[in-house]
Amino acid sequence: MLPGARRGTLELAGKSVKKHWQLYLLVIPPLLFFLIFKYVPMANAVLAFKDYNVIKGIWGSPWVGLKYFQMFFENPIFWTLVRNTLLLSFYQLLAGFPIPILLALMLNEIRNGRFKRFVQLVTFAPYFISTVVMVSIIMLFLAPRLGFVNIALQYFGFAPINFLGEPDMFRSIYVWSDIWQTAGYSAVIYLAALAGIDPTLYEAAKVDGASRFQKIWHVDLPGILPTITIILILNVGSIMSIGFEKIYLLQNSLNLPKSEVIATYVYSMGLLNANYSFATAVGLINSVINLMLLVAVNSFAKRISNNSIW
Amino acid sequence: MAASSLVSKRKIRESAGDRIFVFTIYFILSLVLVAVLYPLIYIASSSISSPSAVVSGKVWLWPVDISFRGFQTIFKTPLIMTGYANSLFYMAVGTLISVTLTVMLAYPLSRKTFFGRNGILMVVLFTMLFGGGLIPTYLVVKELGMIDSRLALLIPNAIWVWQVIIARSFFQSAIPDELAEASAIDGCSDWRFLRSVVLPLSKPILAVLVLMYAVGQWNAYFDALIYLKSDKLFPLQLVLRSIIIQNNSAGAMDISIQVQRAQLAELLKYSLIVVATLPVLLIYPFVQRYFVQGMLVGSVKG
Repeated sequence: MLPGARRGTLELAGKSVKKHWQLYLLVIPPLLFFLIFKYVPMANAVLAFKDYNVIKGIWGSPWVGLKYFQMFFENPIFWTLVRNTLLLSFYQLLAGFPIPILLALMLNEIRNGRFKRFVQLVTFAPYFISTVVMVSIIMLFLAPRLGFVNIALQYFGFAPINFLGEPDMFRSIYVWSDIWQTAGYSAVIYLAALAGIDPTLYEAAKVDGASRFQKIWHVDLPGILPTITIILILNVGSIMSIGFEKIYLLQNSLNLPKSEVIATYVYSMGLLNANYSFATAVGLINSVINLMLLVAVNSFAKRISNNSIW
Repeated sequence: MAASSLVSKRKIRESAGDRIFVFTIYFILSLVLVAVLYPLIYIASSSISSPSAVVSGKVWLWPVDISFRGFQTIFKTPLIMTGYANSLFYMAVGTLISVTLTVMLAYPLSRKTFFGRNGILMVVLFTMLFGGGLIPTYLVVKELGMIDSRLALLIPNAIWVWQVIIARSFFQSAIPDELAEASAIDGCSDWRFLRSVVLPLSKPILAVLVLMYAVGQWNAYFDALIYLKSDKLFPLQLVLRSIIIQNNSAGAMDISIQVQRAQLAELLKYSLIVVATLPVLLIYPFVQRYFVQGMLVGSVKG
């Protein structure tokens, strides 16, 4: 930048601050919030490279380099955690991503306004159920003796199953209850995209004698492809941050081999065992992988379709 | 008028294949409807059935031997009522704080005359991509002396970046810069403009912010789990967790407990779910459009 231009910018900034000082005053409290609760923790993450000592504090504690990272990589649980986290996320993505799209496409075909609104209203509702209540419902329905599912199984002559005690059932329980809860909510965004498709395209398709299925395939799907891409990027970007809250509540000693993921491990190591530096290191690895995934998917999407989130 | 005649004409011309296709869709959606509704009805029915009917699996769809013992027990349990009152407090105060801070940030960021708004926006958005993690955040809260205090549920997660994005894009499209400039020329200060012009014009987005924060605060349990220690501060969700989830995974198979008490405990779980969820589900049909709006405003500009 030329010196003259820089002076110009500075002058402009000064003028703006002088004229709109009230606006600058307004943003101070929210910015302090981000500084204290988002950026200070980012700086605090140096904890991962130090031996945390309560008395000396984060900055006074001695440096230990990559000790805790090495400790984690050499721990046999490392691969279990990574595998559990990735498998659960990919299962979630594979099953949970297409279903809202299908739901929206189907709802879009319904001409009966009342039926359509009712289905939307009902499928959207579980979104408002809290994680604790959701897990409570899962536990009540799948309880070994008194649960509805086992009563029904026995009624039809099958042996009862201790669903939450079976490690192999854990992922399916997690993913399908999530779909039950959020498919209706996630479909809304696709419905909005479908409503925005140019009506002349449908008329052209009709003139060409397209069937309803062909119309979905050749008009609806291409029309919502940009939306699908964006949502896919966002979903892939959050693969490593798969919801701690629900997994933690669903965990028990029996399903732990499949239900322990990085986030729950950080919680139990850090807060329950007060292993601050080690837990911070594990969390940091997770955040970094997450960020790299997001950047990779975004640039990939940009290259093949021109749709990206930045 | 023209559109409706077009539709009816097309209906007549619909081929057999298309009719089967539409029928299949109706069929699948009806199945989806049942799959979503059934658990909800089952829980509501169980909550007002008699304890023995619930435990013996007599409830299939509608309540059996209607009784309100579950709800009576809830209202007589101090722990639950304290949790309820706490949750109402966290919801009311937390929402007020969150909405205020969100508007304070989103409005200036929406003004073209606000120098440095892009830089600030980047600073805010970056926190969506990367964070310090659980322990570093916990240590900050601890350093501030907020552990085991009500503040811990109100402040550390007060602003959601997503809400800032949707509020900002609303202000950008609903409050033209010309309006702000004209008011400035008339001697109206930024602060007064925000109070007497922007806020009255922004009721739809304020409704979105209030509802989303309120539901989020009502349903949250994680911050309470890590920051709170004394049960007199616990929100309802944490009380639910200890009654339903922890009890369930512990000794639900213990037959030695008095049968009646075990039955009541089982019924209580259903009643608790209803009590904790009903307030939100009851207002939801009337405010659904605000949630939809919130999602869409954000996705256009996000």
